[in-house]
Amino acid sequence: MREIRYYEALIEAMAEEMRRDEDVFLMGEDIGLFGGTFRATEGLMAEFGSRRVRDTPIAEAGIIGLALGAAFAGLRPVPELMTINFAIVAMDQIINHVAKMGYMFGGQVKLPLTIRTASGGGTQKAAQHSHSIESWFVNAPGIRVVIPSTPYDAKGLLKTSIRSDDPVLFIEHEMLYSVKGPVPEEEYLIPLGQAEVKRAGSDVTIVCWSKMVIEALAAAEQLGREGIGAEVLDLRTLDPLDWEAVYDSVARTRRCVVAEEGWRTVGVGAEIAARIQEHLFHELEAPVQRVAAADVPLPYAKNLEQAALPHADDIFRAALKITT
Amino acid sequence: MLTDTAKNRLYWQMLLIRRIEERVAEMYGEQQIGGFTHLYIGQEAVAVGAISALNHDDYVISTYRDHGHFLARGGDPNRFMAELFGRDTGICRGKGGSMHLADVDRYFYGGTGIVGGSMPIAVGLALACSYREDDRLALCFFGDGATNQGVWHEALNFAKLWNLPVIFVCENNFYGIGTDVRFSSALSEVYKKASGYGMPGYRINGMDVLEVRQLCDEVVKHVRAGNGPALIEARCYRYQGHSMTDPGRYRARAEEDLWRKRDPIPRLAKLLIDERIATEERLAEIDAEIEEICETAAEFAASSPEPPASALYDYVFAERYPSDPHA
Repeated sequence: MREIRYYEALIEAMAEEMRRDEDVFLMGEDIGLFGGTFRATEGLMAEFGSRRVRDTPIAEAGIIGLALGAAFAGLRPVPELMTINFAIVAMDQIINHVAKMGYMFGGQVKLPLTIRTASGGGTQKAAQHSHSIESWFVNAPGIRVVIPSTPYDAKGLLKTSIRSDDPVLFIEHEMLYSVKGPVPEEEYLIPLGQAEVKRAGSDVTIVCWSKMVIEALAAAEQLGREGIGAEVLDLRTLDPLDWEAVYDSVARTRRCVVAEEGWRTVGVGAEIAARIQEHLFHELEAPVQRVAAADVPLPYAKNLEQAALPHADDIFRAALKITT
Repeated sequence: MLTDTAKNRLYWQMLLIRRIEERVAEMYGEQQIGGFTHLYIGQEAVAVGAISALNHDDYVISTYRDHGHFLARGGDPNRFMAELFGRDTGICRGKGGSMHLADVDRYFYGGTGIVGGSMPIAVGLALACSYREDDRLALCFFGDGATNQGVWHEALNFAKLWNLPVIFVCENNFYGIGTDVRFSSALSEVYKKASGYGMPGYRINGMDVLEVRQLCDEVVKHVRAGNGPALIEARCYRYQGHSMTDPGRYRARAEEDLWRKRDPIPRLAKLLIDERIATEERLAEIDAEIEEICETAAEFAASSPEPPASALYDYVFAERYPSDPHA
């Protein structure tokens, strides 16, 4: 199978959906002429023109509010927020409006918009450009949260998100854009709410998503050398979250590490650990371990940034602690 | 020129809003209605004048003071009252309440409780009109308080930048809750803010429904012709407090009395009589008709069932997944 990069998979997904449905359009800062800060919309303005690939002012709340209004009218907007930290500027629109209006209007409206954004640290962009705050959005009902780790998943899940009648926050990762992976030429979709076992194992389950899947796979290699079989479960979507897959895997391995790039305190991992103990308390051989970012604003200095972010080695040690 | 029928209709709609709102106040006092309830009494001419200038499929966006807009758009008084009562037959199935009325069949995309929050949404609806070249437009109501919010300015910028068919209608009632607009806005003459975005701005007497209607007819024509957005400042007054729980201590009695003398409803009634468009008897009949509608709405609401417990998770999403929480 051919291999393409994560950002190229995203471009393909958007291009295919735009060819398929005239109602799909893109809007965001520097997505058109510039081609997107992370190249994820490169070439789309050339194919679809400035009506469907719209460069916007730097006005994040406005971008999301406009996309919401357009979605009310039946269009399928795909607004881009350059990084998820800028989503905080648009938080009122995303949470108070996008996530709630379907409910508070008693189901009279559909909200088919997909907000694309980039998260993640590791490139020294410091405290306001590189956080992973997916937990904030998972906390709020009314918006789906999709967070793929591979080019294959990115393409299939973005296509499904765009076709969904619900709002989706589609979180990409800055360190993954250039990662290559197999993506078939022919069309495919990946349903939301289906985790995938990226590596099978029977001794410990590593629940993870986004770039932490890469770290978890590296940790699993390392664990394998110690004779420990680690199962790497990529959630792929955090809302809906494939709880059955989590419980199935942990019921088999009886041990679990949750690895996330977001802050530890009240992170997604806290929720996963809580639910595992609610459902599988008597199956567990050890307390669920959490690997997460340090609870600090991400520092600039390379060594401190690396110290704040979770790595394969942290996952390895957490797994080792409960398997030996 | 408006026909006699159209003028009668404006009167009928203003009076309907006035009487229903009085009934809402009564029901709130009886604790049939909860939460925050913001009455529209005093401002009827703005909603009725502006909305009557629209086509049936133009989009209308409102604020948390949305009762008048909902009713002027032709929303069902029964389902309106049932929503305020928190009943299953409410227009939003009891999920929204007073501040979040919507009626999508009438292209009314509702109230929002966040001041200024609906501004970019209105522009997004206008973007859809432009995208589809479908000859429709969006009309967005907001208060003087919204004009100080950041997103208000983003919305105006987008609207002009992309030449979108949207009419911004500011209902300047001079108070953001209890704060005088002069203490909250560097430029308290809201219509002048339009010039900052290169769009026409108009100021009108929002207590005169015919003046509102006349200007809106012109602006609608201008905007529908593809000339981009416009801003209207309609100066008006809410007779009641900001919400039902506001005793209104921040306003002088003399000021309130002055504005009550400008009441849009007796003003139009006088014109209808003077111009022999309606008789005293006919106006009395209208009063009785509306009384009946209010009575029916209150009865409908009171006799409607509450939403079933099983409805708790309905409409969080359009598409459900097995892992979603459910009742």
